[in-house]
Amino acid sequence: MKLNRTIMVLLLAAGALHIFALCAGFLAPYDFAQQNRDLLYVPPSRLHFNDPQGRWHLRPAICGLAELPNSPGTYAEDRSRCLPVRFLVRGSEYKFLGIFHCSRHLFGVDPPARMFLLGSDGYGRDVLSRLLYGGQLSLFCGSLATILSLSIGVLLGVSAGYYGGWFDAVVMRCAELFLALPWIYLLLAIRAFLPLHISAGRMFFLLFAVIGFVGWARPARLIRGVALSGKERGYLLAARGFGGSDLYLMKRHLLPQASSILVTQAGLLAPQYILAEVTLSFLGLGVGEPVPSWGNMLATLLQYDVLVSYWWMWAPGLLLIPVFLVYHALGNALQESADCRVYSQ
Amino acid sequence: MKPRPCLLNFALLVMLFVLSGPSAFTQPPRSTEDLFISDNPVGRTGGNLVVSLRSEPKTLNPVTSTDVSSREVIAQLTSDMIHINRSSQRTEPAIAKAWKVSANGLQYRLELRHGLRFSDGSAFDADDVVFSFKVYLDEHVHSPQRDTLIVAGKPIVVRKLDQYTISVELSQPYAAAERLFDSVAILPRRLLEPAYNDGKLDQAWGLGTPPQLIAGLGPFRLKSYVPGQSLTLERNPYYWKVDKAGNRLPYLNELTYVFVANADAEAIRFQAGDTDIINRLNADDYSVLEKDEHAGSFHLQDIGSSLEFNFLFFNLNSSLPSQLVRKQIWFRDARFRQAVSLAIDRNAMVRVVYRGRGTPLWTPVTPANNLWVDTSIPHPARSVEDAKKILISAGFVWNAEGVLLDKSNSPVEFTIITSASNAQRVKMATMIQSDLKDLGIQVQVVSLDFHSVLDRIFQTHDYEAAVLGLGAGDVDPSAEMNVWMSSGNDHVWDLGEPHPSTPWEAEIDRLMEEQLSATKRRKRKALYDRVQEILAEQAPIICLASPDILVGAKNEIENFKPAALDPHTLWNSPELFLSSGGSL
Repeated sequence: MKLNRTIMVLLLAAGALHIFALCAGFLAPYDFAQQNRDLLYVPPSRLHFNDPQGRWHLRPAICGLAELPNSPGTYAEDRSRCLPVRFLVRGSEYKFLGIFHCSRHLFGVDPPARMFLLGSDGYGRDVLSRLLYGGQLSLFCGSLATILSLSIGVLLGVSAGYYGGWFDAVVMRCAELFLALPWIYLLLAIRAFLPLHISAGRMFFLLFAVIGFVGWARPARLIRGVALSGKERGYLLAARGFGGSDLYLMKRHLLPQASSILVTQAGLLAPQYILAEVTLSFLGLGVGEPVPSWGNMLATLLQYDVLVSYWWMWAPGLLLIPVFLVYHALGNALQESADCRVYSQ
Repeated sequence: MKPRPCLLNFALLVMLFVLSGPSAFTQPPRSTEDLFISDNPVGRTGGNLVVSLRSEPKTLNPVTSTDVSSREVIAQLTSDMIHINRSSQRTEPAIAKAWKVSANGLQYRLELRHGLRFSDGSAFDADDVVFSFKVYLDEHVHSPQRDTLIVAGKPIVVRKLDQYTISVELSQPYAAAERLFDSVAILPRRLLEPAYNDGKLDQAWGLGTPPQLIAGLGPFRLKSYVPGQSLTLERNPYYWKVDKAGNRLPYLNELTYVFVANADAEAIRFQAGDTDIINRLNADDYSVLEKDEHAGSFHLQDIGSSLEFNFLFFNLNSSLPSQLVRKQIWFRDARFRQAVSLAIDRNAMVRVVYRGRGTPLWTPVTPANNLWVDTSIPHPARSVEDAKKILISAGFVWNAEGVLLDKSNSPVEFTIITSASNAQRVKMATMIQSDLKDLGIQVQVVSLDFHSVLDRIFQTHDYEAAVLGLGAGDVDPSAEMNVWMSSGNDHVWDLGEPHPSTPWEAEIDRLMEEQLSATKRRKRKALYDRVQEILAEQAPIICLASPDILVGAKNEIENFKPAALDPHTLWNSPELFLSSGGSL
């Protein structure tokens, strides 16, 4: 009962992360590419609940910023120019869920004021908006790559274990080859053959396809082991004796046995693949400017001044920690749950 | 009484030291030496200076070196005959103490300083000069200096007139002839002639060569080299400059170069106090170091605009991959280039890319080159409306979504390549992408490894547009012949043209050749101004911005006078001294 509750909480957390990313256009106050060239590296905006007279308001306000005359790059709040935060405001156009044209944003302030809840970057772009849009690419790339990787792994692992013989040998040797491949260099080589510019959409599919395809070997080997031991079990032999087809036997008897491995692998592979996308984008092999991903946002930390002076630019790295924790905890909880079911059976 | 063995050994050691060759101690000036007297304040002798180099030098051979690091070290080991003063940007006597030009401008008679010695103590005379130019001009040696010593297609002729006089003959009058000699290091014939005769000059003076086999007329000589870590130079005791008090320069005992990986590492080492001078900071690192300036023991200086100009250009090469030919119809139209230029916000670029420590550019000649910049070139502010009008006049239209379409109704889009290792240029390209969106042009930015960028621009021509930077080594227009002449190796937008492909390129060719042989500076300036005007009108390169020269030094270093010309900080290394006189 307690385990189920934990799984529910973790599923909700993981689901919320993905929903936030999916609804980035609505949740983000600005377009990810919108530059404010007079507001570079602005620290996170403060929300004021008290007006200059000290009266408390339920609706928070954002104060205007002014660059200090003798120290460029340093901003001070002008408390005389505070504007209330508004909800469901009109702003830049975006496609809600990638389908509907929309211009409403959850919150914002009236122009010319700007609200940077997580600060701005070197072009004056809102880091929060970029973080949300970047999550679309990083999170979904990891999730879709996991699905692709597990699908190939299940298909080849169960087949290799069930049929054995030369088919098993070929699949397993291929798996070993894929495990031994230095995949970062492989991706570098693949990128070199591709055209100079690839649109963000195509790059997204390319990234998840390559990451997912390269990672099938480990789950395939694990599932093949389960299938190998399962196919000699008495109930499976009996089912075969009753005329069960290969597909039926694999689906009805072998796959359920591999389910705990699948969920554990999903929990482990998803953060690993998110990290793979982040790494590739960090190295400049992902989507190009101005489209954000957590990896290319982190790449700005390669600059010494950004690393030491603007702590809010670490936001994508800090966000990765809870994302990984949620996925790992979810993987563990699902595995425990699956083990409990097996024992109870 | 017999001398004690240890005393005898000591005496022998002293004798061996005296007889073994050049002394490490500064030699007092002799009356026979024709020395250069520095007019800088008199300093204190002693101390070591540590500076950083962004890469390890490849060689110490002045004849074959091509990389920046090698040339920076070699500049401290050697001297030239006529030198460009990095501060005044004008020529001044160096090894040649005086020179005369014949009435027809074809012959230079150079009088060399008497009694000078190389850093190994051997005597210098005209034979060393003649040998040096023979080596540089030898086609088989492949020296990069050879190209600069060829005037109107013919190599200069250097002859010895007597032990301390030489003549230099040109095939046609050359306005910048005196500047030819800058950075052409004079070589010791005694040390290098055997290698040259054996055809092994390219192998001479590598980093593994013992220090005593390397000698020059520069302020320092090689002391030691630790691969991957550092290279140490020590004072040349025979250097040919003295201060006003008659003390032989340089003041410093040693100059150590430490090798660092990149600009950020250079800034970190300077901030930590590991290095004493930083030759070139970028604006981002400057802003970090600035915070420690008052608390720290160093000071930073923004000495204003540099000679480096960053620019956007389109691929106008005729030998192109087929997919680029369609887009070249836009690129070849000057009105398209002008519209793009008008839509770029250069002031914002300086603010975002250089944190305000730079200069917006509308001409490739930066304000640092105050002798040659044409101040009458207009500086139009960003105007999307004006840019749209120009595009309409060129036959472009916009669709309902605001996308710019050409005459065949194809959307106008192109890719800008730039070097991934240069964060400033990546930022420039990203800002252009955002600015041109207002014109309905979709721009993609692709940052590549620097060598890939160069390969695409100079070899395969497989690119659409690029953001690049060039930094002139000298202020004189003659230094840019290879960029503006249609046959030049750095004529980036259209390389290897057998003939100028447009009338305005033909006019630039004519003007550049004319200014090269004109002897009056006023006439040369008028000709070069016209070149700048044509470049501004035709916009084959769209100039963007120039960074300021940002340097830093420890407070204890005196006579620190950074200059716009490279090397910005160590150009007057003989005159640098420490206020304490000791080690930093």
